[in-house]
Amino acid sequence: MASRPLTVALVGNPNTGKSTLFNALSGLRQHVGNYPGVTVEMKKGSFTHGDRRVDLIDLPGTYSLAARSPDELVAVDLLLGRRPEEPPPDVILSIVDASNLDRHLYLTTQVMELGVPVVLAVNMIDLATNQGVRVDVARLAAETGLPVVPVQANRGSGLAELKDALVKAADSHQRPNAPALPAPLEAEAQAVATGLKDSVPPFLARRLLLDVSGATETWFVQQHGEALRTRVIEARKRLANAGAAVPAVEAKARYAYIRKVTAAAVSKPTVRPKNTSDKLDRVLTHKVWGTLVFFAVMFLMFWSIFTAATPLMDLIDAGTGWFGKQVEEQMSAGPLRSLVVDGIITGVGGVVKFLPQILILFAFIAVLEDCGYMARAAFLMDRLMSRCGLSGKSFIPMLSSVACAVPGVMATRVIENHRDRLATILVAPLMSCSARIPVYVLMISLFLPDESAFAQALVMFAMYMIGFVAAPLVAWVLRKTLLRGERSLFVMELPAYKQPSVRTVGLRVFDAGWQFLKRAGTVILASMIVIWAVQYFPNWNAEGQTYEGLVTTAEDARDEAKKQAAEAEGDDKERAEVEANAKTAEVKHLKAEWQRNSLLGQTGRALEPLFAPLGWDWKIGMATLASFPAREVIVGTLRILYEADEAEDGQADPLRGSIRDDWDTDPVRGKNRVPVALSVMVFFALCMQCASTLVVIRRETKSWRWPVFCFTYMTILAYLGALVTFQIGRLIVGMVS
Amino acid sequence: MTLVDMTAGDRGQVVEITGDPAVVQRLFELGLLEGEEFDFLGFAPLGDPLELRVGNTRLSLRRADAAGVVVSKL
Repeated sequence: MASRPLTVALVGNPNTGKSTLFNALSGLRQHVGNYPGVTVEMKKGSFTHGDRRVDLIDLPGTYSLAARSPDELVAVDLLLGRRPEEPPPDVILSIVDASNLDRHLYLTTQVMELGVPVVLAVNMIDLATNQGVRVDVARLAAETGLPVVPVQANRGSGLAELKDALVKAADSHQRPNAPALPAPLEAEAQAVATGLKDSVPPFLARRLLLDVSGATETWFVQQHGEALRTRVIEARKRLANAGAAVPAVEAKARYAYIRKVTAAAVSKPTVRPKNTSDKLDRVLTHKVWGTLVFFAVMFLMFWSIFTAATPLMDLIDAGTGWFGKQVEEQMSAGPLRSLVVDGIITGVGGVVKFLPQILILFAFIAVLEDCGYMARAAFLMDRLMSRCGLSGKSFIPMLSSVACAVPGVMATRVIENHRDRLATILVAPLMSCSARIPVYVLMISLFLPDESAFAQALVMFAMYMIGFVAAPLVAWVLRKTLLRGERSLFVMELPAYKQPSVRTVGLRVFDAGWQFLKRAGTVILASMIVIWAVQYFPNWNAEGQTYEGLVTTAEDARDEAKKQAAEAEGDDKERAEVEANAKTAEVKHLKAEWQRNSLLGQTGRALEPLFAPLGWDWKIGMATLASFPAREVIVGTLRILYEADEAEDGQADPLRGSIRDDWDTDPVRGKNRVPVALSVMVFFALCMQCASTLVVIRRETKSWRWPVFCFTYMTILAYLGALVTFQIGRLIVGMVS
Repeated sequence: MTLVDMTAGDRGQVVEITGDPAVVQRLFELGLLEGEEFDFLGFAPLGDPLELRVGNTRLSLRRADAAGVVVSKL
């Protein structure tokens, strides 16, 4: 008989090997569970043991069930069976680290109060044995009354016994015998609970009293009104008078119980031997060596994203281009072909292009986290980041954003504090990413000759500095205004170093890539199609001829003229060449006219008064609008609008000459070439022109509110930045000349 | 004296923990109880945060929070 599937909730401290155990138990049968209203995500997996199906939920790693945020409260509610999305757990699997049993049992004693059978998995016994710590599993089971299973999650040993114990515990329905908390606390908790209109689990009533201004208190006060807060405060006062002041009363009671348990079940050397972790930390958190190693690691990461990802990205670009050409040859000209080639294939290519960077960055992050170095990096950088209201853990996401904000935003998952994480997400796109390089290069080439490499580098450096300065400033402002309050709790454990598990790292990298493709892919593609449509339609001119037809005819005429020019000799050749050049110009002119008359072109021209204060003509304005879904689009659009030839390998880009010639015919831009180019660069440095980043922000924050906010503030900032740049630049030019 | 007055290599004992309730509770949960002994491991290269070891746990906390931890040197 197949019985109902069992639900097992997996809880444990951070760095216990909890994810490793989860992966070992559920293999690749995993998916992510989302919960409305909160950013928390929990992994769900399953396995079959005998004829029983077991569903596993991996709760976020935590030191305690004292919920400090709505996200943490979701985990507690889930354990109590108070979430409508999930069945109440049949068993709670509590994983603890054998080498640090005292501290890890703290969470276990809380879990024992939930009234659900608990199985204790003791992990990393080998590591403990190396440190001279011996855990007597039988005694531990006898003292706690819980089924105890020793496991080696990284090697997958003890799993069969663990599965046995889980099924057995579920069938036993045995409530654990939780350690008693002092009587006054129990009495006050009961009194508070009986005064409320709904029935409240005793565990939550205790949390309401114990967690001063915690998430439980906030939630209850919301439900039952401010009067409850007064009652809670009075109860806490009475507890303090009775010698049971919160929160110390809980910790004292639990540690008293734990010490009794470990005194019987754990033997350890009286003098703590120096272990490898201590020795490593003497170097890795050292003033000089630690800092050097940190910069070396960061440089290696950064360098890999740039150098290893770039060839792959170029390959994807080339592949997309090649595939587009193949399709173009197979299909007849018309809106459908343009949609497929310029909309869909280019759009998909634009999404897939980000994959190499995401995979490489996540491989680094997963290794750094799994081996324990991430906490050291945060330790080293915290001072710097806390100045602007962020924490040490914001450093890696910010640095990664210099390559690309998409993996950077995803990397913020390592930040536990909600507001820190949000602030980091919102400022990460200000860092100059690699997609901005083409526009920087083009604009710099407009006013600096190729020979002055030093001056070019200086301007490029200044562009990067805009991000390095603006991001912390905006973060600081956000933490003072919109994201005020809830100072980040920076009490962090520096876990012992260990060898990273290939499986954990592999799964994490795979996960990051897959989630990006799946969720981001659709929306990015849609936005690419929209921008294609507004640049394609209307596709006919005033006489009602389609541009596509006109362009094709003109191209045929050009090719014919070129052929004749190649075959002709003497005077004829010269004439034929002039003819061919005229035909080429006509093709470019037609394409530009099409763009000019397209919906986006019309919008660009209509908005010209808006661009004028920045020193821009409608062409720059329209190209900028076209590059809102992906900023690298600007160069291609400008090429069409300024009727420039394609760049050839090893040659200077003809686009720069075309733009210069065009600007020289204009009284403002001709004189202010430098301020205009700088104004474009500053705009691109500060503006949120990346559909992928916006979609990823939506994904990570679980709300459209934040991507909309991020887009709005960055666009305003970019406009103001460009405005100030051009106006000041113009003043300076006026004074000099 | 408080935690921030200690120097690397010192051994100390916790007398009392005051300050932000969230920080106090977290420190208790991590085993930094009143009466507990610990090794002070020093400050980060930039001078903040600081690091200590209690039991088998290495903890890092910011100066601002550590100033609420009253200790005595052993």
